[in-house]
Amino acid sequence: MSALTTLQISPARWLYLRLSRSPSLTTGAAIILIVLFMAIFAPWLAPYDPTLQETANRLMAPSQQHWLGTDAFGRDILSRLIYGARPTLLLVLFVVLLMAPVGITIGILAGYLGGFVERSLMRITDIVMSFPRLLLAFAFVAIMGPGLLNGALALALTSWPAYARQARAETAKLAKSDYLAAAEMVGIKGPRLLFGHVLPLVLPSAVIRLALDLSGIILAAAGLGFLGLGVRPPTAEWGSMVADGTQVIFDQWWIAATPGFAILITSFGFNLLADGLRDLMDPRND
Amino acid sequence: MQKAVLRSLPEPHNSRQPRWRELSLLGPLSKWLMSFAMTLLGLALVTFAMTRLSPIDPALQMVGDHASQSTYQAARLELGLDQPLPVQFLRYLQQAVSGNFGQSISTGQPVASDIARTFPATLELATAAIIIGSLIGLTLGIAAAMRQGGLIDAIARFVSLFGYSVPIFWLGLLMLLLFYARLHWAPGPGRLDVMFQYTVKPVTGFALIDTWMSGKAGAFRDALAHLALPAIVLAFHALAGISRLTRASILSELGQEYVLTARAKGASLSRVVFVHILPNIAGTLLTVIALAYASLLEGAVLTETVFAWPGIGRYLTTAMFSGDMPAILGATLVVGSCFVLLNALTDVAVARIHKGQAR
Repeated sequence: MSALTTLQISPARWLYLRLSRSPSLTTGAAIILIVLFMAIFAPWLAPYDPTLQETANRLMAPSQQHWLGTDAFGRDILSRLIYGARPTLLLVLFVVLLMAPVGITIGILAGYLGGFVERSLMRITDIVMSFPRLLLAFAFVAIMGPGLLNGALALALTSWPAYARQARAETAKLAKSDYLAAAEMVGIKGPRLLFGHVLPLVLPSAVIRLALDLSGIILAAAGLGFLGLGVRPPTAEWGSMVADGTQVIFDQWWIAATPGFAILITSFGFNLLADGLRDLMDPRND
Repeated sequence: MQKAVLRSLPEPHNSRQPRWRELSLLGPLSKWLMSFAMTLLGLALVTFAMTRLSPIDPALQMVGDHASQSTYQAARLELGLDQPLPVQFLRYLQQAVSGNFGQSISTGQPVASDIARTFPATLELATAAIIIGSLIGLTLGIAAAMRQGGLIDAIARFVSLFGYSVPIFWLGLLMLLLFYARLHWAPGPGRLDVMFQYTVKPVTGFALIDTWMSGKAGAFRDALAHLALPAIVLAFHALAGISRLTRASILSELGQEYVLTARAKGASLSRVVFVHILPNIAGTLLTVIALAYASLLEGAVLTETVFAWPGIGRYLTTAMFSGDMPAILGATLVVGSCFVLLNALTDVAVARIHKGQAR
């Protein structure tokens, strides 16, 4: 026993060792932090007002004044790129806040209560799970009207089932454990049992699942923007910036190329982060 | 893709699992039909709910802004908007089942005939893409698993990460820029050159088959050239998941005892992979490919928009721009039903494979 205890290291050191062993986690986290930084400090970082139109300087090639050139309205692309991180991350945040609680609650309820409740909840989950996600999201926003909140609703509407399934499976496993039996024995029941004792154990795998889903959500959000179903112009948003550049793609290709690259990098960052998290939390997964 | 693996595995039985499966008097086929029908019903219910929550008034859209009050009321009556909601839903279901999606506001044609006209193009694109995607994806996944940690593995990992992260509409734009505008290797957007568009008779709606039947070698080559670029772009989308899952499932099999036994008896790595492992993971691979195919059907929406491919995806986006509700709903229902059907068929096929292996 004493030999083991001498090997113990502080949690901070453990985290540092783990991080340095997983380059994908560190790279992914770094990318996300940079994008987050860009979004928060956009007003200080952007050299120009993202909606300022200088028609004299329209469709300019990258230069000293405008590092990434200007678009068809003479707006500075770099500034729009920096500001464009905002709606993207905001939409991701909305989707996460909407879908994860719903999915996890349904899963925990189904797994704990069992019987008829479990059967009907899981039946609904299975049905929604086999819906075409992207298509329904497009249709939803097209019919309900474009906008950030509608986009988030549309994506959340079809992405909660994965969380419900996972939470149900884990809760069902837990329900037979001594841990919960002990909690029940001392008189803990109802919501306090479910959210105080079951939820903390279900949460970690849900977080990994979330990280895996985020890149898909970013791509779907960009797709909405590209189709003109995202935030309304003139607000800068990466997907709609690519759409703006489509008309002049053969002559001024950088107008569409740079925002698309930003989408690629952000989504790439979330993918790396998820990969790293999975390795970190689950050593079996090689 | 995680989803795919979970789906293909039978759920472990535990005491909390309801026993209704055993008690059910229904055969497996009718049970499958039931769940398929329930999913379709759910899809219809969701789309119906959207129309009723929408700020767009279908009656007003039908008659236009300048119609008189009485014309507007007549349109409302005709659409059954005065009826209670359950009655409206039944009516909606009945019309959808009989293939009546109403009239498109922008094209003025019945939505059903618009869909029949555009759907083959989408099917052709998605099919070409899944063929390319699964060929490359399987090859890459197998090669990566056999040389784990090697150069090919690193390339495969990068390709699949890139495929997961790239916005497909942007990739399409860049490919058009490079191969069409700069290198002139590929023809521009669209499905056929203007030269052939009116000389080749559309019989099946599939450009490749129609041009082949017309006997004009130039037309066939043109159709193939037009298909290549969008199909490759769309294939990229599928390739990522397929190669990654192929690699993962081969690797997990490589540690199994039957593989070790075969290796110990002197079977080479490639023999083990191709003769022993691949048949065992066929069910998983089939699921992945089928799910990728289904997602290509919906992913085609963005690709078609970029390449001006006259499929159902582009029809849908055009309808979205004009808020053409009947067209949006009809296209969503048709593509959505195909998606659901493919998923359901995959479940059956995988169940059959598992059954065959158990024997």
